[in-house]
Amino acid sequence: MTADHSHAPASDAHEPHAPPHQEVHFPTWKTYRWVALILFVLTVAEVWIYYTPMKGTRLFAPALITLSVIKFTIVVMFYMHLKYDAKIFRGLFLGPLSIAIIVIISLLFLFGHLSLHAT
Amino acid sequence: MATAVAEHHAEHHYTSTGLPHTKIAIWAFIGSECFFFASLISTYLIYKGRSVVGPFPHTPWTDPSTGHVYHPILNIPVTSTSTFVLLMSSLAMVLAHAAVERSDHKWSRIWLLTTAALGATFLGFQAFEFTSFVHEGLKITTNLFGSTFFITTGFHGAHVTAGVLWLITMYFIDKKRGLGPRDAVNVDVMALYWHFVDVVWVAIFTFLYLLQ
Repeated sequence: MTADHSHAPASDAHEPHAPPHQEVHFPTWKTYRWVALILFVLTVAEVWIYYTPMKGTRLFAPALITLSVIKFTIVVMFYMHLKYDAKIFRGLFLGPLSIAIIVIISLLFLFGHLSLHAT
Repeated sequence: MATAVAEHHAEHHYTSTGLPHTKIAIWAFIGSECFFFASLISTYLIYKGRSVVGPFPHTPWTDPSTGHVYHPILNIPVTSTSTFVLLMSSLAMVLAHAAVERSDHKWSRIWLLTTAALGATFLGFQAFEFTSFVHEGLKITTNLFGSTFFITTGFHGAHVTAGVLWLITMYFIDKKRGLGPRDAVNVDVMALYWHFVDVVWVAIFTFLYLLQ
C-alpha cells in the first residue's frame, strides 16, 4: 500500500537553517481509496461487534477500543499525512495526545477504582 | 513547477525550521484540542453509569412515578451512518487538496463542495438525533448522561460547523480567483482541521456510543 508514494525529505525539513523549501509528497488516489475502504470495513466491524454475542464478554471493550485506535492511526498517518510530513509535526501532535491519554486514564483510575475503594 | 513553487513560497511565511507558520500553528492548535476533547470524553466516562434517573443510553428504564418505560436511547444504526458520512468527507477533503495542488479548478470546487455537503449531512444527522432524544425525554438537564453527552457531541458539532463554514469560504475563494499551488498550504491547514474533527468523532463514536 505504501509503494506508490515517495517520502518527503522530512529529515531536512526541521534543520535549523534549512531553506524554506520542502516538497511533501502526499499519498496517491490509490492509497486514499484503500484507506477509505479500510475505514469503512473497520466501522462495519465495530457495529457488527456491537450486535453480536461478544457484547456481553470481556473482549467487547478491548475489541472496540483496538478498532478505534486503528482507525484513528490510519486517518492521522494518511489523511493528515503525518507519516510523510516533517517530524516536528509528530511532536506537536503526539506530545499533547500522549498527555491527554495519560490524563484520561489517570482520571478514570482516580474516580473509578479509587472512589470504589474509598469507604 | 518551479514557478509554482516560487509563487508558493512568495505567499507563505516560513519559520527558521523551514516550515510554514500556518502549518505549525494548526498542529499546535490540534495539540491543544486533544486536551479539550480529552477533558470532555473523560468527564463522560467518569459519570458513565452514575445517572440516578433515565433515560439511559443502552438499557431500558421505568419511571417509578409514572410507570412509563423508556427504551435505550442511543440509535446505533443512525450514528453508524453519520460516522460513515464523516469518514467519506475526509476522503473528499484529500481529493480536494490534491485537485488544488494540480490547479484543477473544476474538481477542487466539486470536492470542496462535496466535503461541505457531507459535513452538513453529518450535522443534519446530529440535529435529528438531538431532536429525537429530547422527544424521548432526554435533555441536557435530565441526568448526568444527558449533560455529558450533549456537551461532548455538541462541542464536536460546533467544530464540524466551523469546518463547514471554512470549506464554503474556501469554495467561494476558489470560484472567485481559482485556488492553485500557492494556496496549497492554506487548503492543507483546513484539511488538517477537518481530519482532526473526523478522528475526534472516531473516538467519540467508540467511547460514547458503543462502549457500555
